Amino acid sequence: MDDLLADFLTETHEGLTALDSALVRLERTPDDQPTLSEVFRLVHTIKGTCGFLGLSRLEAVAHAAENVLGRYRDGTLPVTAGGITLILSALDRVKEIVAGLEATGAEPAGEDAPLIAALNAAAEGQVEAAAALPAEAAADPAPEQGGALAAQTIRVSVEVLEDLMTLVSELVLTRNQLLQLARVHQSDAFAVPLQRLSHITSDLQEGVMKTRMQPIGNAWAKLPRLVRDLGHELGKKIDLDMRGAQTELDRQVLELIRDPLTHMVRNSGDHGLETPAERRAAGKPETGRITLNAYHEGGHIIIEIGDDGRGLPVDRIRAKALANGLATEAELAQMSEREILRFIFAPGFSTAQQVTSVSGRGVGMDVVKTNIEKIGGTVELASKEGRGATFTIKIPLTLAIVSALIVEAGGERFALPQIGVVELVRVGGGQDGAPRIERIKDTPVLRLRDRLLPLVSLAGLLRLVPPGDAATEGFVAVMQVGGQAFGIILDRVFDTEEIVVKPVAPILRHVTMFSGNTILGDGSVIMILDPNGIGRAAGVGLDAGGAEDRRATPAAGLRSDRSTSLLLFRAGEGAPKAVPLGLVARLEDIPAERIEMSGTTPVVQYRGGLMPLVSVAPGWTRPDAAARQAVLVFTENDRAMGLMVEEILDVIDERLVIQPGSGRPGFIGSAVVAGRVTEVIDTAHWLAQAGEDWFRTPRPAATGAARPRVLLVEDSAFFRHLVVPGLAAAGYDVAAVENPAIALRLREEGVPFDAVISDIEMPEMDGIAFAEALRAGGPWSAVPLIALSSRTDPADIARGRDAGFTDYVGKYDRDALLQSLRDCLAAPVAA
Amino acid sequence: MDGMGMPPAGATPAMGGRAEAGEQVFLTLTVAGQGCAVPVLLVRDVLGPQAITRIPLAPPEVAGSLNLRGRIVTAVDLRLRLGLPARPPGAVAMSVVVDQGGELYSLLVDEVGEVIPLPAARFEPNPPTLDPLWREVSRGVHRQEDRLLIALEVERVLAIG
Repeated sequence: MDDLLADFLTETHEGLTALDSALVRLERTPDDQPTLSEVFRLVHTIKGTCGFLGLSRLEAVAHAAENVLGRYRDGTLPVTAGGITLILSALDRVKEIVAGLEATGAEPAGEDAPLIAALNAAAEGQVEAAAALPAEAAADPAPEQGGALAAQTIRVSVEVLEDLMTLVSELVLTRNQLLQLARVHQSDAFAVPLQRLSHITSDLQEGVMKTRMQPIGNAWAKLPRLVRDLGHELGKKIDLDMRGAQTELDRQVLELIRDPLTHMVRNSGDHGLETPAERRAAGKPETGRITLNAYHEGGHIIIEIGDDGRGLPVDRIRAKALANGLATEAELAQMSEREILRFIFAPGFSTAQQVTSVSGRGVGMDVVKTNIEKIGGTVELASKEGRGATFTIKIPLTLAIVSALIVEAGGERFALPQIGVVELVRVGGGQDGAPRIERIKDTPVLRLRDRLLPLVSLAGLLRLVPPGDAATEGFVAVMQVGGQAFGIILDRVFDTEEIVVKPVAPILRHVTMFSGNTILGDGSVIMILDPNGIGRAAGVGLDAGGAEDRRATPAAGLRSDRSTSLLLFRAGEGAPKAVPLGLVARLEDIPAERIEMSGTTPVVQYRGGLMPLVSVAPGWTRPDAAARQAVLVFTENDRAMGLMVEEILDVIDERLVIQPGSGRPGFIGSAVVAGRVTEVIDTAHWLAQAGEDWFRTPRPAATGAARPRVLLVEDSAFFRHLVVPGLAAAGYDVAAVENPAIALRLREEGVPFDAVISDIEMPEMDGIAFAEALRAGGPWSAVPLIALSSRTDPADIARGRDAGFTDYVGKYDRDALLQSLRDCLAAPVAA
Repeated sequence: MDGMGMPPAGATPAMGGRAEAGEQVFLTLTVAGQGCAVPVLLVRDVLGPQAITRIPLAPPEVAGSLNLRGRIVTAVDLRLRLGLPARPPGAVAMSVVVDQGGELYSLLVDEVGEVIPLPAARFEPNPPTLDPLWREVSRGVHRQEDRLLIALEVERVLAIG
């Protein structure tokens, strides 16, 4: 017999027992509304589950009984003894069928038509029909309550389990004390029975703990069938992909999330996924996919419910929020898409245009959210229109067993859940070559193989030592939390222990650094660290919004208006260096023996050609033959040059704020990247070092008499430095100015250009006004004008074209810009 | 302030002959020389000095947590909670374990006295000049021959943070 059926039988037995007594009560007090509702609900539940399991006989009988009860509940039919008798006989029939089901796994054959007819007649108000009820149905003896199967599981109140747990914990502590005593007193006579006691205690502890844990798959068992039926009903093709079904979860928590999960899966199937025709039209596979994924992460259980459907309609949600008075237009205008999406968790919020039988009945996401929050969880939502939506439920392990490292910091012991710990590194200790904690100003970092790991001092974070007084010796626990890596500095690491997570007292809930506390084998209480909380408290990039705010101080420096991917490397003395990743074609690690000298220039044979190498650090010497040389390769058509650096550190997306440098050749200036001062190199300078002819080589675009002259108007020095070398390398003669006023002055002076490239957002005169000024007349009125902007919404592009821009290129898409230049110059604007 | 110090409804039928109408049974304690009392029905245990684990970042009056037969009990130092000077080094604290909403808390006190019924008639409301911090946690003052007892409202004492 499958699990589903077994579950059903257990539930139905309970329901039937409750029904018997409720019905008898009802007969005595026919007007008691709560009893009526209870009876109706019980019968309804039985009917509903039968439908799922395809038990047609049971469903038909229960359905007919439910009809009568429905009329009673609505008050459209008075409760009569005859009616109750009829319902009771229907229940007897249900019991009979259930008994057969239990014995054989299938519904026994039988004729229910007379009973159903009688029930239907009763529902029509013909109570007298009840009298005509076939005697055989009424007289059928109900089978003995609770068959063999029902006895296999019993329900035990959580309180009993809690008490057991407490007793076992005490037993463990007493056992530990006994063991301690036996060790001290060397009494051999006790050794063997003590060993046995010890083992039994451990087994007992494990057993009691197990009573509360269940794999989450139990809550999912009914979903495949539900999704299949949903697909049929809605005419959709749906795949259900379930992962992590073995993830264990506190039984109580499991019960509480079962309904929200079911509801969300229904929602995904109903609202999220499109019909096969719509999916075909959108270029997606016909079969939609709903993904359930469960795993442990840092003291929490994460459950993701995702679909690859149409995503949430942001505009409809915005409109609905406005219509429902949840927010004003002004408030909505300031909200991010993410905040707007969260309105679906507001009470009574449904954007379903039509109420289907499946969902959209007002029991909405607000109930889901409330239920999840009741058990201390959170629900997050990510959606991309046309690509699907994913809900992420995060539930703390209120009572779960986790494996934890027992560590010490600042003289106190803590438990660090092993989930999330990637590795342990011993630092300091005086040995040569051992990793050590380095500091950039006060920020500790660790070089871990090929990357720089930000560190937080646990003792410092928990204010157990004065700030900045952190140890330089000890251990670093390398953590991976939500895609972010960081290290926690610890003084000592003891061992691992299986611990039972207990919630902290309510008066300590605001301390987010701990996910709970527990009692160790030696009887001491210990706090359990929450890696997420630590990451957040340390500001390790978990909250990108805040981090951006910190960096986006528009100082006197030059700024680019969006984040740029930067390649960080080390070369020579001083701060690490950075170069925009977009300029780098490849990273190579070249064996030193392959580096040859051509005159005074080091070269390497590279992809069938000779690549000149230039060192960023002055006074380059060839590394040992066995060593390797890290090289950033820049290419242009079939030519390549290599920039030799000591070590490639990282690639980081950063909003650049460049402080103009000291004027040292080869560097644009310095910027704070990942919290550290970094020098940004001037690519043009280094490319020129690779040989006099690097920019001089005739390019296809430049065939003919003169090289096309291009004017770049751009307020950001960073982008000027980024764009100019690229254009120059492509064979253009480029002049760059920092604002439209200077450009217009050049126009007055009569300087000719073949094309003008302009930024849009600039202080004082912006690109739009500049374009209008150019198009208004004068020598440049017909010059091709290309906008270079980070804002590439269709509306922005339309605005640009209206103002007179010939073309509009995203910042900074080098290939698109070159292509645009070629197009513009090949076909001058006729205007 | 009417009814201050009156016993709450349903007080102690179990106390039988000792607690008559208008009386409630209290456990007396001493904190930095000040006599206090807590309703004995809330008290689960009285313990001698315990090993207490400090909790970093917790409010200062939270001394830490301790293990009471497998249950984790949060210890609140009554001296610090009542704005009294910290316990001198070397002095030991007694733990009065109380139940608050199903959670166990330990009140760290200097001495634990006796369990006595306090007749409602001898309760006085808080003097209006009493330190606001004390007014918040005291449900009234009980006159005894030799000293005054502050009847602590445990729920308020534990309303920290």
